Amino acid sequence: MSKARTTTASILKSHEKELVADWQKELASAGSASDVRIGERALHAQMSEFIGLLRDAAQHGDLVDVDRTAWQPMRQFLQEVSRSRVAQGFTSEQTALFIFSFKKPLFVRLRKELGDDPETLAAETWAATQLLDRMALLAMRSYQQSREEVIVRQQEEMLELSTPVVKLWDGVLGLPMIGTLDSARTQVVMETLLQRIVETGAEIAIIDITGVPTVDTQVAQHLLKTVAAIRLMGADCIISGVRPQIAQTIVHLGVDLHDVTTKATLADALALALQRSGWTVERSSGQTR
Amino acid sequence: MERIPILQMGEFLLVTIQVELSDQVALTLQDDLTERIRTTGARGVLIDISALELVDSFIGRMIANIAGMARILDARTVVVGMQPAVAITLVELGLTLTGVHTALNPDRGMQYLRAALAEEVHGHGRLG
Repeated sequence: MSKARTTTASILKSHEKELVADWQKELASAGSASDVRIGERALHAQMSEFIGLLRDAAQHGDLVDVDRTAWQPMRQFLQEVSRSRVAQGFTSEQTALFIFSFKKPLFVRLRKELGDDPETLAAETWAATQLLDRMALLAMRSYQQSREEVIVRQQEEMLELSTPVVKLWDGVLGLPMIGTLDSARTQVVMETLLQRIVETGAEIAIIDITGVPTVDTQVAQHLLKTVAAIRLMGADCIISGVRPQIAQTIVHLGVDLHDVTTKATLADALALALQRSGWTVERSSGQTR
Repeated sequence: MERIPILQMGEFLLVTIQVELSDQVALTLQDDLTERIRTTGARGVLIDISALELVDSFIGRMIANIAGMARILDARTVVVGMQPAVAITLVELGLTLTGVHTALNPDRGMQYLRAALAEEVHGHGRLG
C-alpha cells in the first residue's frame, strides 16, 4: 500500500499540468466547462488547487480515511467550492460532476505509469476511486448544507418582512399583516408589537388584516390572544381591514369579537385612534370636497 | 421574611414589586395591602410589576385577586408596566385579568387613578 500511495502522489506531483488539461477536456465533453457562470481561469485555479491539496494530503496522510486532520484543508476547499457553486446557481449534479470528471484523467495516467503491473494498477485505481467518491460525497454534503442555510435565512427574512410595526401617529402604532397567520407568526407578531409598545409608550395599536387571505377559528383565536396581551400591557387595540367575506366567516364560525373594536378600513381605525387620544383633524379653509 | 413595601402617597397606595414574587411573598402582600387599604382609607392602588419577568398561573391569579380585593374595599386598582413576556404568558394561561385596569407606566397609571377619583367626586357632587 505504501508503494501505491507514492505512485498516486508522484503522478499528482509530476503531471499536474497535463492532469488539469485533461480534466478540463473531460469536463468540457460532459458539457459544463464552458459555463458563463464560472470563468475558465477560475475553474483552472480550482482544479490546480484541488490537485495540490490532494497531493499534499496523499503525501502526509492515509488515502482512505478522509476524516483525518491531514484532509482538513481539502475539506475546507470542498466546502468553499460547493458554497460558491450554490451561489452561482449550479445544480447538485454539476457540482458532483466537477469531482467525478477527475477520475478519467487520473486513471489514464495511472495506467500509463503502472501498465506493466496489473495488480498494483488495480489496487491503486480502487484506492483512487474510493477517495474521489468520498470527495464527491463531501462536496455534496456541503452543497446541501449551503442550500439549507439559504432556505433557513429566507424563512427568517420572510418572518421579519411580514411583521413591520409602523408608527402612524404620536402614540398610535400600526401593524399591517400580510399572509396567513399561523402560531409561529402570531407569536412573532405579538412579541414585536408588544416590544414596540414598551419602547414607544404608544397607547393604541391598530392591527390591519386587509392582507390576511382567510380567517378561520384558529386565526381568530390568535388575534384575540394578541388583543388580550396588548390590553394587559395597558394599551388598546383596534382591528381594521375586515373585509365583507371575513366578517361573514367570523359570524358563521361563531367567534366572539364583541370586546374588540373592529373597523372596516385602516383610515377609520386611525380616525378613531386620533379621536380617542384627543386629536382633531381639520381641513384648511379654501379647500372644498 | 421578605416583604413587598407599600408606600402611601396622598390618597393612593403604591406597590412596586422589585423582586421575584414567590408564592409566600404574594400571600403576605395580599394580607398587607388589604390591611393598609382599611387603615389608610386609600382610594386608589397602583401596582407596578415592571420588574417582574416571570409569572406562573398562581402569581397571575394572585395579581387578579389582589386587584379584585382592593376594588371591593373601594379602592381603584391599576396594574402598570407589565412586560411583553408576562403579558403573553398570562394570555396563554387564559388569565386576562378581566376587570383590572392596566397602564403602560406609573405615570399613565397615576393619571388614570386621578381621573377616576375626580369623576367619582364629581358624580357625588351632582347627586348631592
